Amino acid sequence: MAEIIVVTSGKGGVGKTTTSASIATGLAQRGKRVAVVDFDVGLRNLDLIMGCERRVVYDFVNVIQGECTLKQALIKDKRHENLFILAASQTRDKDALTVEGVEKVLDELKSDFDFVVCDSPAGIERGAHLAMYFADRAIVVVNPEVSSVRDSDRVLGIMASKSKRAEQGGEGIVEHLLVTRYSPKRVAEGDMLSIADIEEILGLPILGIIPESELVLQSSNAGVPVILDDKAPAGQAYADAVARLLGEERPMRFVEVEKQGLIKRLFGG
Amino acid sequence: MGLMDLFRKRKPASAAVAKERLLILVAQERAQRGGPDYLPLMQREILEVIRKYVQINNEDVQVRLDKDGDQDVLELNVVLPDSDTER
Ligand SMILES: Nc1ncnc2c1ncn2[C@@H]1O[C@H](COP(=O)(O)OP(=O)(O)OP(=O)(O)O)[C@@H](O)[C@H]1O
Ligand SMILES: [Mg+2]
Repeated sequence: MAEIIVVTSGKGGVGKTTTSASIATGLAQRGKRVAVVDFDVGLRNLDLIMGCERRVVYDFVNVIQGECTLKQALIKDKRHENLFILAASQTRDKDALTVEGVEKVLDELKSDFDFVVCDSPAGIERGAHLAMYFADRAIVVVNPEVSSVRDSDRVLGIMASKSKRAEQGGEGIVEHLLVTRYSPKRVAEGDMLSIADIEEILGLPILGIIPESELVLQSSNAGVPVILDDKAPAGQAYADAVARLLGEERPMRFVEVEKQGLIKRLFGG
Repeated sequence: MGLMDLFRKRKPASAAVAKERLLILVAQERAQRGGPDYLPLMQREILEVIRKYVQINNEDVQVRLDKDGDQDVLELNVVLPDSDTER
């Protein structure tokens, strides 16, 4: 039976899709059968980041409306045969996703996969709510910045009361923070919230710290999740986060200011 | 003014300010969470009533909902100004 993981944030543009793509790919690299689902109806993007945009034939809403089977809509990743992508619909109909429809699709996915990763849209509206409603685990993506931190606390509050697990009164969703676009240099200069600050404010365990990195943009440009770039610090940090998700202990990397070599300091880097 | 003073004159680190603001805001929003929707409105009305007697600022009234066993307890905290400012 699969575990459903939602990647959410409240605030937009903080790195949910980047994270969903890399975490799903990382889990697949570790031999798990993984489906990654784009819940951003009307703003499909996960396909681009995963590099499969030209192979989208059917989408999530087509499956819900019975226009195709789930099997037909799942796109097999070109690099990992145990990784599948379900694209979001580009419809402008806000009500295309229904609770029953989403539940039916997730149930079917659960029987066939080890992990189902749900890439949530921004905000706290229907799409975001449905993405987290059936989750067993949540990765709350947060940038070290005031509005992102505040919004993630709101999302955590909503998850604590309006998820299926919460409504059933049992154990709630297991929550983690993933801090992305972290810049140790700006933290050292006193202009960016530190990991300790964010932990203290939100009071949640941190699954990973992804440094700000130019290579993320290059990876998106190429349609290759950054976790596949093993020279990119952001990719390595995502690999650490995946290991922690699987219960392994890994020290946090890329949290100190990089010591520059003498030559670099003299001639600029 | 020595060279060191230049360094000391730096503005306070903005991240420290951000952290203080967030700690207060998040605590406040959590206290209201799960509470009835009328809480913010009630807080405003309580503020208005108190203002008929003394001048206080918005942040001088804190309303929070706590649980004591099965009971919901509404905690009202009002900071009154020094007595000579009473009208
Ligand atoms: N660690 C990082 N370093 C640098 N840039 C990053 C990093 N993570 C994400 N980005 C950039 O931030 C932008 C937004 O990322 P992404 O699309 O993943 O966010 P999102 O939360 O899914 O946005 P939306 O809310 O619109 O769905 C992208 O341009 C991406 O390349
Ligand atoms: Mg996105």
